[in-house]
Amino acid sequence: MKKVNRFLTVLVFLFLYIPMVVLIVASFNTGKDITQFDGFTLRQYVRLFQDRNLLKLLGNSLLISVLASFTATVFGTVAALGIHGLSPKLRKAAMTLTNIPMTNPEIVTGVSLSLLFVFIGTRIFGQRNCLTFWTLLIAHITFNLPYVILNVMPKLSQTDASLTDAAMDLGCTPVQAFFKVTLHEILPGIVAGAIMAFTMSLDDFVISYFVSGLDFVTLPVEIYSYTKKPLQPKIYAMFTLLFLLILVLMVAMNLIQLYGDKKKAASRGAGI
Amino acid sequence: MSKELIRLQDLTMEFDGERVLDGINLYFNDHEFLTLLGPSGCGKTTTLRIIGGFLTPTSGTVTFDGQVINDLPPYKRQINTVFQRYALFPHLDVYDNIAFGLKVAKLPKAEIDRRVHEMLETVSLKGYENRSVESLSGGQQQRVAIARALVNQPKVLLLDEPLAALDLRLRKDMQIELKRIQRSTGITFIYVTHDQEEALSMSDTVVVMDKGRIQQIGRPEDIYNEPKNAFVADFIGESNILDGVMLSDYRVKFFGRVFECVDEGFAPNEPVDVVIRPEDIDIVAPNQGHLVGTVTGITFKGLNYDIIVEFKGFKWLIQTTDYHGVGTTIGIRINPEDIHIMHKSEYSGLFGDYSSYSAEYDELTEDAGDEEE
Repeated sequence: MKKVNRFLTVLVFLFLYIPMVVLIVASFNTGKDITQFDGFTLRQYVRLFQDRNLLKLLGNSLLISVLASFTATVFGTVAALGIHGLSPKLRKAAMTLTNIPMTNPEIVTGVSLSLLFVFIGTRIFGQRNCLTFWTLLIAHITFNLPYVILNVMPKLSQTDASLTDAAMDLGCTPVQAFFKVTLHEILPGIVAGAIMAFTMSLDDFVISYFVSGLDFVTLPVEIYSYTKKPLQPKIYAMFTLLFLLILVLMVAMNLIQLYGDKKKAASRGAGI
Repeated sequence: MSKELIRLQDLTMEFDGERVLDGINLYFNDHEFLTLLGPSGCGKTTTLRIIGGFLTPTSGTVTFDGQVINDLPPYKRQINTVFQRYALFPHLDVYDNIAFGLKVAKLPKAEIDRRVHEMLETVSLKGYENRSVESLSGGQQQRVAIARALVNQPKVLLLDEPLAALDLRLRKDMQIELKRIQRSTGITFIYVTHDQEEALSMSDTVVVMDKGRIQQIGRPEDIYNEPKNAFVADFIGESNILDGVMLSDYRVKFFGRVFECVDEGFAPNEPVDVVIRPEDIDIVAPNQGHLVGTVTGITFKGLNYDIIVEFKGFKWLIQTTDYHGVGTTIGIRINPEDIHIMHKSEYSGLFGDYSSYSAEYDELTEDAGDEEE
């Protein structure tokens, strides 16, 4: 039984990571395409960094992802605090309302957001070309919010309510109590929510496709238009770098949490 | 005389239309150790939370040092609290937990350092400053919670069942410890518990509460010896409570027999509740007794036996150091000073009958009394 378990575990990890391995290998390949392995080269990486257009698209994607996930994290955390303060009945209703957009097909969300933006743009601002950087950003914040709320809520309900009481008892205003105590308790949820939102934003294609205009396009939207012709190997190089970026982020986050506890002890005197 | 510090006047509290506190009038003196004692749901924790500022009463006033503080938030009150499950901040170590209030108040660093170390010594936790609070035992966490509250030098310390989570031995040690800290600091302690023994052994004043009302206020000895009604008599210690008639001063009739007693001031022929404590009853030979009964149950308690004796269909609890087997016929004598007479109350007839007594009964009720919202 134990052997079977171990075998299955290995199998699952193979399934999960083999595509990435293939992609990474392909990015170093000197052959013409993936069916032909000739030798090792860094040429695709050099090409990638010479391609101004591709780098700009990557920059666009990172910019949108960072801004959208940051804003959604702030709003989502505040919203979670509000929902947590509701009576149990209302809280449940609010959580259901929060979860629906996540299960809603992305294409429906994308089209409806697009309609909304066009409607507001033409009716209120009287502009025909109203899909811009800002509509893209708003759309990303919108679909990121539920992920943040979903990650923060469980941390809030795990937090002992008397901790806030204790902080106020010791002189904190409610706002101080939040920043000095509650925030520390729910931080893992906030960080998890932020990372989730960031990755959702970074790889979103469907919604972005409907709400972005011509002057500001993200990487996935642009790459979709490439697929009509063969994908250039320098794209593999970029994807490899993106994958490594996420990997480094995750490892760093874990290390920071481990290290944080040990540091404090050294910084204070032994007393009298 | 010591000075009055807090006064609660006509305090009522309702949650969703349900009345939890019903006209509480109470004052707290400076330097006093006062305990709010009662079963789960009696309103003691609610009273404490109102004093702490975590709840606003539905009606009535809370006065602190002559000033009405109904709407003053907790962070502006010179009151600190030791919470039921300690509520220590898990992301801070022992030092930072204790220093929390002082840092919020922005005291100089040297002053904070001095006071925290002083406090660590007071609660015997020297050398623990860098430990994570989660690595501490229940008793140690308890001490940190007390230190964290006391270091702010409050005028009043509120303690909400602080010993409930500790085992019996540790609880006894902490009772002595708390009393010592209270004496040495001179801070007013307002202590909430459902444990009558804890209340009696630590307090200067005990307030017995039930159903959102105060049943009796007094020194521990008075509460025990002169309970005001059947609820207090039953809740504080064990009591046999019988129906009787006060014939005249110093003469009470129950079980068809007239007994001499030390109580006076009742109306002639007033129906009363008669309290006899199980430890006050003397067992004698059947032919010498005021009453004769049959033993129907016996439980060994270590210090003594609890025996259940049936008198004319009514079962009494008697505590004795001698063994009396089930089925034995015994006589009892009751001295005048062992009889306590109470006016009839809404609690008459509800308590003090041991017909359904079993050894497990005590443990069951103790467990049930833990949680209160």
